Amino acid sequence: MIALWIVLGIVAILILFIVGAYNSLVRLRNQVKNAFAQIDVQLKRRHDLIPNLIETVKGYMVHERETLTKITEARSNAMNANTVSEKAQTEGVLSGLMGKLQVAVEAYPDLKANTNFLALQEELTSTENKLSFARQSYNDQVLNYNNKTQVFPSNVIAGMFGFKQGDFFEIADVAEKEVPKVKF
Amino acid sequence: MWELIRANQRKSAILIVLMGIILVGLGYLIGFFVDGMSGAIWGVIIATAVWFIQLLIAFFAGKDIMLTTSGAKPITPDMHPQLYNVVEEMRIAAGMTVTPKIYIINSEMPNAFAAGMKQEDSVIAVTAGLLGRLNRDELQGVVAHEMSHINNRDIRFMTIAGVMMGTIILLAQIFLRGMMFSGGGSRRSSNEGGGAGQIILIIIVIAVAILAPIMAQLLYFAISRKREYLADASAARLTRYPEGLASALEKIASSDAQITTANKVTAPLYIVNPLKRASNKRVSDLSSTHPPISERIRILRSMSGGANYVNYNEAYQSVRHKSGVIPQSGLTDLADMPIRQGLVNDMSAKSTARATGDIMMTVDHYSFVNCSCGMKLKIPPKYSAGFIVCPRCGTNHTL
Repeated sequence: MIALWIVLGIVAILILFIVGAYNSLVRLRNQVKNAFAQIDVQLKRRHDLIPNLIETVKGYMVHERETLTKITEARSNAMNANTVSEKAQTEGVLSGLMGKLQVAVEAYPDLKANTNFLALQEELTSTENKLSFARQSYNDQVLNYNNKTQVFPSNVIAGMFGFKQGDFFEIADVAEKEVPKVKF
Repeated sequence: MWELIRANQRKSAILIVLMGIILVGLGYLIGFFVDGMSGAIWGVIIATAVWFIQLLIAFFAGKDIMLTTSGAKPITPDMHPQLYNVVEEMRIAAGMTVTPKIYIINSEMPNAFAAGMKQEDSVIAVTAGLLGRLNRDELQGVVAHEMSHINNRDIRFMTIAGVMMGTIILLAQIFLRGMMFSGGGSRRSSNEGGGAGQIILIIIVIAVAILAPIMAQLLYFAISRKREYLADASAARLTRYPEGLASALEKIASSDAQITTANKVTAPLYIVNPLKRASNKRVSDLSSTHPPISERIRILRSMSGGANYVNYNEAYQSVRHKSGVIPQSGLTDLADMPIRQGLVNDMSAKSTARATGDIMMTVDHYSFVNCSCGMKLKIPPKYSAGFIVCPRCGTNHTL
């Protein structure tokens, strides 16, 4: 009789464990999806801000016409991208160009005194930051989720119910490879 | 990060149970002393009831009490876009669903606190002194620290512990004062047999009544200090830039102004102990709600190799020569989290101070008039004349 109770007890504990692990995996996977959606939100926000930015700086930054045109192009490329890897690539190009622009602004004191521009600059800095934090958060969540799918007890459950690993979102910062040109 | 939160919640539960035992024990003893066994039961009931009522008050009105007593005023995003953006960025980094509401406190002392029992209903308050002194990265470090308090459920936990501590102190005080006034007279109906027994009982109960509050407070302050380290670690991890918070703490520590509206119970919610006097007291006492700032700064600055919990734990161990502060489940966070670069260009100190002053005036309902000579006139709300004359160029502006 006792043996029966022990077996039942063990089965009960096993079931509880399986349910617990499954639920954790579901929760973590949802967090990953949520974090990915956040990145999309920030990307869209950046797309919306750029036209306004270009309008404001066009009059002042007469020597940067080329960069501004490239930015407009990069923006439409990014808005047309579909797959994750396309997005990562086009958004990377855009990030690089925005970085270049922020460095170039240093050479235009008139622009820096313009209150409109200062507000815009804060918005731009913030957008780039939000994008990088959204990526950071997404990668953190993916790491958590992947850990859970690989660590011993839960990897069995993950295998049983088909939880796949997540992909890290890498945006190559194109600007890092270019040396900023100094104009005198 | 979620493992860390759950581990914290478990430890919190244990500590609360411990405090609860002290509370109930005190109630029982006092009740027993006053009226024997039936008194003991009443003691427990009354102690629990008092605690429960205070808890309800703290849960439902705690945030509003903090806001009102500190004189915090809400701000809208357009009043200070940078602060709002910094909070939004930290919200994204932490994966929170709702942005906390932002308040400003009209005080020169640089400090900040977070309040709110639920994540969806939380607030962050920042003093004008803080806004005027810190650059963007430093501000972000402070905001990250406060949001970590919200995320790690510190506020809920510290409130429960604080209320318990308050109840224990209250009960002990009432009892001791009652003892003094009634001259230690016993109103017990049952005879305990022998004067010696009664005297020993009196001594025990008084000793407990004196020690229990002390023990409760030591527990509370120890918990509070540990939570501060954890919040520092979480902030470094969220921002990937420990130097931001370190530099902010340094600026805060070197300022002399003081906040007058905090007490020992609300102090843990601030980023820096608002009760420290300006003199450089190097007392790292057990009764302090916050670890010494210099230590917090040193730990943050010795984080090399990365910004995750493991790096913070190593830095902590090397600075304090004690076993680590991060619970085991947080140390499974083995991802490489390289420290990023700091912000290069930012507003000058003068324009930051001026912008902060303007915000305080907006919050206080001043109005602004831009004169064509370049001067910005700042008009108090009670100004009733229909016009104002620019002191620089003499132009008459109608209001």
